[in-house]
Amino acid sequence: MVEILFYIFGTILVLGALGVITSRNPVYSALLLVLCFITSAAIWLLIEAEFLAVVLVLVYVGAVMVLFLFVVMMLDVNLEELRTGFTRYAWLGWLTALAVIVEIVGVVWVRGVGIDVSKSPTPTAPDYSNTLELGRVMYTKYAYPFELAAVLLLVAIIAAISLTMRRRPGLKVQDIGKQVAVRAKDRVRIVKMNSEKRS
Amino acid sequence: MLQSISDTWNSLSAYGQHTVWTTVWTLAITVALILSVALLTLWERKVIGWMQLRRGPNRVRILGMFPGLGQPFADVVKLLTKEVIIPANANKFLFLLAPMITLIPAFAAWAVIPLSATVVVSKANAGLLYLLSLTSMGVYGVIIAGWAANSKYAFLGAMRSAAQMVAYEIAMGFALVGVIIASQSLNLGDIVERQQGGFLAWNWFWLFPLLIVYFISGVAETNRAPFDVAEGESEIVAGFHVEYSGIAFALFFLAEYANMILISALTAVFFFGGWLSPFAGYLGDSALAQPNIGWLLIKIFIALFFFLWFRATFPRYRYDQIMRLGWKVLIPVTIVWIGVEMVMAWYKVGPWAKVALWAQ
Repeated sequence: MVEILFYIFGTILVLGALGVITSRNPVYSALLLVLCFITSAAIWLLIEAEFLAVVLVLVYVGAVMVLFLFVVMMLDVNLEELRTGFTRYAWLGWLTALAVIVEIVGVVWVRGVGIDVSKSPTPTAPDYSNTLELGRVMYTKYAYPFELAAVLLLVAIIAAISLTMRRRPGLKVQDIGKQVAVRAKDRVRIVKMNSEKRS
Repeated sequence: MLQSISDTWNSLSAYGQHTVWTTVWTLAITVALILSVALLTLWERKVIGWMQLRRGPNRVRILGMFPGLGQPFADVVKLLTKEVIIPANANKFLFLLAPMITLIPAFAAWAVIPLSATVVVSKANAGLLYLLSLTSMGVYGVIIAGWAANSKYAFLGAMRSAAQMVAYEIAMGFALVGVIIASQSLNLGDIVERQQGGFLAWNWFWLFPLLIVYFISGVAETNRAPFDVAEGESEIVAGFHVEYSGIAFALFFLAEYANMILISALTAVFFFGGWLSPFAGYLGDSALAQPNIGWLLIKIFIALFFFLWFRATFPRYRYDQIMRLGWKVLIPVTIVWIGVEMVMAWYKVGPWAKVALWAQ
């Protein structure tokens, strides 16, 4: 059963990934990438890595790809302009692709030596919590690498903000503190008067 | 008849029985949810009517009784028989896919919500994370709808909605971190079980600021008033679903109300002890002190009333103020309260007095 599901999800994943790079429309590419993330999460669920699977969907599908899709939709991509110089720089692309393939094959091959990859993992006890175990090693054994990664991300955020933030002259901004502090009596004058007699 | 049914049932393998059981439960919950949405739309119009000194819908009757009760069903028939118009330059495939993408997470989330100690489709250990990831996927329907319709208004609505949902998801996630610290579990059933005791033992008492943050972000996540700038009738007509008609529009409508019920149910589970009785420990062994699914339904109903009350009371937020509230008010509040909670847990104050921290 698990094998059948694996092959179904694997096929969807590979086709989706192919679609990402072959699709002409960048919005389709981004949506297919979302599909890839979700099927990868499903495959991770099959090897009982529930925490990683859910976090992949939560972080990449729920936040990163939303913003990505957003930018892609806002951009008015001119396909003709993109295609100019495709053949001229094609060799660079092929070279990069080759390097990446060699690296992936190397890593997978080295890690796979001595492991029976065709076997699905041994089922764990029903009360085993993947999340709890992961938290246990992450906050004890790997506490420093974890903190380092967090600091690295913080640096990246600050760098991105400082690159994009500039103060344009003549920009009109609202002072929200003032707006919130305003009270009805500053703006409205309530006039009390007796109603007139009907004539 | 009964004998043959039980024979067939016993002839199934354990796996088959599980599959049949899950399917039946899923169907039951889906049908109940759709019916609740229908009644909720009527209740919303009635409540807002009363608040504005009107009567609300009171014409369509069922069997000549219950004035107004037939209204949602009449609306469904109307929407079903209307033409679904697809704009000429719209992306047809994505245009029709978008309502479904909005609807699926709203229903799929119910898989991990415990209705009582035993009635739950899946007792997933990472249930809370599953919920967070599903609710974050709802935004895709809105974005795709806005883009595929090929309309400026729809796209503006989608843009606002995406920014708003990403912003409030963070506040919501942080508020739930507080719930996790309090209950030491990601399993929704366990989260409820940890709130055993009367209404003062529930999470809302110790996590009050987080409850406020969670509920406000919930209202923002569902794009309900006063955070409904994604629709903003007075500015961008109807936002992302401006080009939708007939049943395609009805699906968006269904998803919005299903999400409201979902957020209310989650508020009940996370902060108000789910199916537990508020009087447990106060009334001895009487029936009122027993845990019951009815308590959960009452809590959901009250939370839903708050949604309607907000809509009838508050004017729509200005867009920049929504962003300010999300990023500069709600997120700092949650971070401060998580710090307070950590101190309380360390010194074993309040609910942490009786439970040990995670085993070393």
